[in-house]
Order: sequence, then C-alpha cells, then structure tokens
Amino acid sequence: MKLRKIITYVLLILGSGVMLFPFIWMISTSLKPPMEIFTLDIIPENLTLDNYKKVFEESLFLKWFINSIIVAIITTISVLFFDTLVGYIIAKFNFIGRGALFLLILSTLMVPTEMLIIPWYMMSSDLGWTDSYWGILFPGLMTGFGVFLMKQYMEQIPDDLLNAARIDGMNEFAIFFKVAMPQVWPAMSALGIFTFLSNWNAFLWPLIVIESPDLRTLPVGLSFFSSGEAESQWHLIMTGATISVIPLIIVFIFLQRHIIKGITLTGMK
Amino acid sequence: MSQSVEKKKKASFFQKVRTNYRYQQLLFVYICLILPILFYLGIRILPTLFTFNVGFRDWNLLSSGPHPLVGLDNYIALFKDEVFIKSIVNTLIYIVVGVIGQLAFGMIVALLLHRINKFVGFFRVIYFIPYVTSIVAISWVFQWILMKNGIINDILINLGLPPQPFLNSPDQAIYVIIGAMIWQAIGFQMVLFLAGLENIPQMLYEAADIDGATPWQKFWKVTVPLLNPTIVFSAVIGTINFIQVSFTQVINMSMDGSGGPLHSTITVVVYIYQLAFRQFDLGLASAATVILFLFILGLTLFQMKVLTRKFDY
Repeated sequence: MKLRKIITYVLLILGSGVMLFPFIWMISTSLKPPMEIFTLDIIPENLTLDNYKKVFEESLFLKWFINSIIVAIITTISVLFFDTLVGYIIAKFNFIGRGALFLLILSTLMVPTEMLIIPWYMMSSDLGWTDSYWGILFPGLMTGFGVFLMKQYMEQIPDDLLNAARIDGMNEFAIFFKVAMPQVWPAMSALGIFTFLSNWNAFLWPLIVIESPDLRTLPVGLSFFSSGEAESQWHLIMTGATISVIPLIIVFIFLQRHIIKGITLTGMK
Repeated sequence: MSQSVEKKKKASFFQKVRTNYRYQQLLFVYICLILPILFYLGIRILPTLFTFNVGFRDWNLLSSGPHPLVGLDNYIALFKDEVFIKSIVNTLIYIVVGVIGQLAFGMIVALLLHRINKFVGFFRVIYFIPYVTSIVAISWVFQWILMKNGIINDILINLGLPPQPFLNSPDQAIYVIIGAMIWQAIGFQMVLFLAGLENIPQMLYEAADIDGATPWQKFWKVTVPLLNPTIVFSAVIGTINFIQVSFTQVINMSMDGSGGPLHSTITVVVYIYQLAFRQFDLGLASAATVILFLFILGLTLFQMKVLTRKFDY
C-alpha cells in the first residue's frame, strides 16, 4: 500500500517535469545573452535582462498586449451580458417564436467558426471593418454555447422568486439584474473565464482581419515577430514567448479554484 | 364623438400596458431580443448560407465582374487535388491520435491524482498550466526545444542515441505537433475526469472487492462505464478544439509555416486559409469549408452514437 503511494507520487512528479520543462527552458533562454543560448545550463552563466529591454524597445509587444486585453475584455463583457440575458429570456418567458429562436441559436453550435471566416472577411471589407478593433471582435460578441449554458442554469431559478419581485413592483430589467443574475453567478464566472481565454488565444480571425502591425493582438504579433523580425534569434523569440505566457499563468494561479470549478460545472451539464 | 372614443381606446391601451405586466414582459422580451436576433441572423446564419452559395461559384478576389455558377466544379477540382486529400487524411490523423492521446493521458493523470490525498491541488495546478498558456508562444518554444541543435537532441546525443529531425521530417512532424497539442490539453481533460471519478460511489468498488475483482477488472468494469458521459463529452469537445487548434499549431510549428515539410502536417483549415487568403480563390475555399463542415458533423454524430452506449446497474 505504502509502495503504491510512493510510485504514484514519483510518476506525478515525473509528469510535472514534462509539463513544466518547456516553460523553464523558455525562461532560461530568455535570460541568456545570445552567445550562451546553445549551452545546456538551466541557470544562465551571465544572467541578463537585455533581451527584454530589446524586445520592448524595438518591437510593438506592449501595444499588442494592450490590444489583446482590450479585445478580450470587451468580448467577455458582451458575451456575459447577452448570453445571460438571452438564456434568461428563453428559460423564463413565454412568447411567440421562443422555440424557433432557441433552435436558431443551437444550430449555430453545429457550424464551426472556421467555416465563417470567408463570408466574415467579405462582409468586413465591404463594410470597412477590416483593420479595426471592431473587426476583430464582432464575430465573438455572443456565443451559442453561452446561451445554452445560461439557459440551463436560469431554468433552475424558481418562478415564485421572480413573481415575488414583480408583485413588489420591480421592473423587468431590475429583476434580471438584481434577482436572476445573482442566482447564476458561478456559471457566469465560468463562462467569463472561458470566453476571455479563447479570445486571448484567438489566432486565425485576427490574423486575417488585421493588416497594420499596430493593431495586431499578442498571438498574431508574436507569430509575425518570431518568423519575421526576430527570425532565428531564439533568445528574442523566447523573450517574446515569455512575455505572452507569464501574465496569464500568474492570473491563473490566483483564479485557479474558480477556473477548475468552472470546467467541472460546464462539463457536467 | 369619434374623437372621444379614440381617446378612450388609447387611454385603455396605455392603462393596460401599465397595469398588465404581461404586456410589460413582452415589451421587455422583444426589446432585449432585437440585437441578439440581428447578430445570430446577420453574423451566423446568413454567412453560413452564403458559404454554401459561394462554394458553387467561380469566385476569385483578383478577377472583377460576375461570379458565375459552376455547379459542382469546385468540389470536383478539390477531390482531384492531392494536397486537399492529404489535408483531409491529416485532419483525421490529428483528431484520432490527438483525441485518444488526450483522453488517455488525462485519465491516467486523473487516476493517479485520485489515489493520493496530499498535494492534489498543487499537482492539479501544474498539469493545468499549459492549457491556459498561449498556443502561439508554446509552439515556438517547442520549435526551439526540438530544433536540430536544440536541447532534446543534445540530451539524446549525450545518452548515446542518434539525434532526430523531429519537425524537419515528413514522417515525424505531424506526430510532434500532435504531441504538443496533447501536452497542452492534458490538464483540461484531467479536470473533467477528476470530477467524473468523484461522482463514482465508493460502494461499487467495495462490492467489486467482495466479488474478488482485480484492479484491472475494476477499471474496465466499474470506472470506465461510469465515466462514459465524461468520455463522450471530452471526445466531442476535444474534436472541436482540435479543428481549431490544428491551424494555430501548424502555422507556428511547421517548418515553412504552412503545413510542411512536403505538406506532411497540413490540415483542412490551413488548406482553406491558403486557398482563400494566399490564392484568393474564394469559390474553391468555400467548397472546402462545406466539406469540412460535413466532415465534422459526421464525426460528431458518429462519436455520439458509438460512445453513448447504455450501461445497466
């Protein structure tokens, strides 16, 4: 019994090594001077921050970072508001066209967004949306998955609770914000975290819709940087990679309880 | 006379609105639904139909003028193109190997974590970290680690083993990329499986013990059937993710940045991207998109059917 436990721990520690090694090597390379990057030392002999200085001074990483944050935050707020609202309306109101609306939204789940890049691109160039924040974020403002998820949770709210608020004279908007929303807070935080993550990582659409380097998001910027300006200068590429990876890892470590609970929550529905 | 009747009617209408909250509710519902309906119709449904339409036309961005209907020409041209066939086969390899790998490793880590009671949270965080990190960044890190004179080959040489070409080899590259995808998704699957494992009543294992079941039997007869809903969910989500991720990883990890060497890592999405945004042939690209759609639809239905078997207890 004891031996079994020890073997389990050893396997888990070995696995952790595999999970963490790429990050360790990435950070290590980013702290080495160019001469040293092909050495096997994990801790650099001549530790230096020159690479970071160079990357921040000579490329647009700071701008790309801000672009990514703006796009991800606006999208997340929009998704949370609209998906929760539509989920609430479908779950709690009787009106003509309710079934058709839900079917319409569900059917969009069957179509992967990869399938829509061509019409979206044509639409964006006709309407002059390319090369703008709006161009990056308009496809993600609402999601079928979020509506579906929020509907499931909204259905669990007792009607009596909503009717009591109506009798007290609250208007429908106030009921939504002050009575319904607080009941589904855990599901909303899970949806919010996922929406943020997937928009932060989005690559295909921002790559297509953005032309000017100033407006690139972090993944697109890093990709162009690594294959273009910094080609084969691995110390600079690893510095760029570190800059785009570390902030999210830090945020994750703070929010990990919520994130893991969120996956479990959405996975079990 | 008639004026006063109208006034009365009007008044009663407004009164109704104010007093009867059924009207208020409907007003609320339809006001709130204006933007979502416009969004889903304009940005989801119509573009989908439009893709089908473009797929039947000769439509190149570089040539102006009308876009004549050409029937199934685009589809025929696609199936005559070896690279397209290659991209479909590859996509299938990515999904099958990748999803099975993800499920297997995710389940192994979850089973290991389920056996211990100290440091569970700590290990969970470590295994989950790759999932929250940028795919683009990680792809370049893997390129760096696996390059010809990178650290992995250094280690192999020090161990007396021959160095490997990895991403430079038409035979190895696709599996290296799949490996990176699995590595990144283990944490996500682990969390799902851990939740699934916690829902299995301990009682069933005790009953199996009484019946003298071996650990292997317990795993296949108790754990796997009871995890079935988790497995179905994970497989479906994993498949959808792979379609998406396979673009980002391939663009950033393959040697030429477009599915090389020798198209050995190209996927359908990469192929579509090149047709539409490098060769500007929107007709052909849209037809390929429609095929991708049918492909995913078929795969999802197949998974649901095969994986959702009923178990009785």
